Amino acid sequence: MTITPTYQQPTERGYYGQFGGAFIPEMLYPNVEELRQQYLSIMAEPAFQQEYQQLLRDYVGRPTPLFEAKRLSAKYNTRVFLKREDLCHTGAHKVNNTVGQILLARRLGKTRIIAETGAGQHGVATATVCALMGMECIVYMGEVDMERQKPNVYRMRLLGAEVRPASSGSKTLKDATNEAIRDWISNPVDTHYIIGSVVGPHPYPDLVARLQAVISEEMRKQLLEKTGSELPQYVVACVGGGSNAAGAFYHFLEDPEVKLVAVEAAGHGVHSGHSAATSVLGKPGIIHGARTLLMQDEDGQITEPYSLSAGLDYPGIGPLHAFLADAGRAQFISVTDDDALKAVVECSRLEGIIPALETAHALAVLDRIGAGPDDVVVINLSGRGDKDLETYIQQDLM
Amino acid sequence: MNRIQNAFQQDKKLLNIYFTAGYPQLESTVPILRALADAGADVIEIGVPFSDPLADGPVIQASSSVALQNGMNMRVLFGQLKDVREQVPNTPILLMGYLNPVMQFGVENFCREAAAAGVDGVILPDLPLDDYVAEYQDIFRRHNLRPVFLITPQTAPERIRRIDELTESFLYLVSGPGTTGGANTQAEGVQEAYFQRISDMNLRNPRLVGFGISDKQSFDAACQHAEGAIIGSALIKALEGTDDAPAAAAAFVSSIIK
Ligand SMILES: Cc1ncc(COP(=O)(O)O)c(C=O)c1O
Repeated sequence: MTITPTYQQPTERGYYGQFGGAFIPEMLYPNVEELRQQYLSIMAEPAFQQEYQQLLRDYVGRPTPLFEAKRLSAKYNTRVFLKREDLCHTGAHKVNNTVGQILLARRLGKTRIIAETGAGQHGVATATVCALMGMECIVYMGEVDMERQKPNVYRMRLLGAEVRPASSGSKTLKDATNEAIRDWISNPVDTHYIIGSVVGPHPYPDLVARLQAVISEEMRKQLLEKTGSELPQYVVACVGGGSNAAGAFYHFLEDPEVKLVAVEAAGHGVHSGHSAATSVLGKPGIIHGARTLLMQDEDGQITEPYSLSAGLDYPGIGPLHAFLADAGRAQFISVTDDDALKAVVECSRLEGIIPALETAHALAVLDRIGAGPDDVVVINLSGRGDKDLETYIQQDLM
Repeated sequence: MNRIQNAFQQDKKLLNIYFTAGYPQLESTVPILRALADAGADVIEIGVPFSDPLADGPVIQASSSVALQNGMNMRVLFGQLKDVREQVPNTPILLMGYLNPVMQFGVENFCREAAAAGVDGVILPDLPLDDYVAEYQDIFRRHNLRPVFLITPQTAPERIRRIDELTESFLYLVSGPGTTGGANTQAEGVQEAYFQRISDMNLRNPRLVGFGISDKQSFDAACQHAEGAIIGSALIKALEGTDDAPAAAAAFVSSIIK
């Protein structure tokens, strides 16, 4: 029997079309292989599911509301709903993944947790679940990001995590991920690496997508209640590595009538030389163990991306998203720093919600997707803007 | 028999030296290669620099970024190596690098150019075994290039056997957990037990121990359990800040095999 490949399910070796796989040095092979062999069966265990669901409800605060944004709707002459991941404990969707992975790590017998972080939200979410479970936590963060997301550095430390600066390359998310992988190479027995997005070697992209899929699972139920249909016309999410987008798209992937819109960071402009718009600027290549679209020069050296937003400042996208872009299943749009900042002000003033700078990229495309008055547009409000206040002050948004 | 297998016919422990192409100067590659061979290095690995070398520690990372800034790339490297066999006729030469630059250059092109230059083997730590077998093995064989795979203390016995079967050169025994250049922090006896375990498997390929070997003492210790050992970061450190890199490279080799 041949299994028809779907958007949701990669092949056994972790491929979505030509993207995915596990390009890792031998030092990581036993860990990644152990995870590959066990993640699906552990996640299917009733005891795991019970613990995971209970933590999502009582600790994370799920389900998160689906809020009809009436003033944004009026302005853009369409029906806008915001999926309030910003109301998750710790302030972003990232915790959906870390709650699941910490339970997985415990079942794998690991005692030490490492993570990378860009905006600091994944680092905070990891430090949080490590505190909850009494596990040692080390978070790698680029020096540039430690400076621009300072409150999150303090939060991680307060939660008992050690934050280690990554000082190579552009000193951002890519470099923090390199350092986390090197840590894992050096600590192969006791350590689990909680990757923060749908990136990395198989099975991480699928694992993280499954843990974030709760976002679209809830959306369908909430949409049915509020609009009479489980299916909206549009689902919009920002893409750094692509975890909040993967979660928001997941249960709509096989419904072709739902248009999926992935929003990347254009930085100073897609072709300005200071951008992180991977779907436009990237070609197939290998980053952090996955074959995916990658910003690189003609010699295959990875180029330094740029975005004002630390969480989108990454030269690749998850292999699922590379596949969605390639197959035309998702539309990719890129948004500049300036337009994202305008969207921050707009959402704050019209809806009383201060979004994270990453999220603001998704909010900035409402006039660019062609949605009509009868269309339902769900924007995944991936995180809140507290961590970005200093940037907002510096950018003179007041 | 290829140059690599020939080298292992010698009745001595082999010194394998790694250095980064294009470091400290773009044009250093061949002079260093020749100095290493003349000074008595038995096997030489030329590192092809990559922007994000995941398996490497700070020393090789730094040398790679200097090399890239100097303008090193695949085309430049193969240009430099064009007549290298006139200068270094017998010493086995391997290229060590990461998969992405090879993929962008084209695997077939890479193998053809390497073979034309007289390169004997290739080490790509992030090339998965299954992908090698499915997509690369035929190309490597056609160009008579030998792959070298890494084995670590966590590699399972059946996987070691599979690696041994796919190999016709040597097995690269990673000395312990960690990236290149790290010191051995394992409890006493742990490393010996690992080396002994591999030794007891009676594998068909000889073994070289690498990662964290830095001087004569650690070289001699590693050689007790293998046919030789590999030194990289320590050599690169010895090149830092010298104005005569080939001489420094030669002096380093002498300090190990004196
Ligand atoms: C609020 C928020 N949204 C989005 C992202 C981007 O990550 P991803 O693309 O994995 O959702 C981040 C990353 O730090 C974030 O903090």
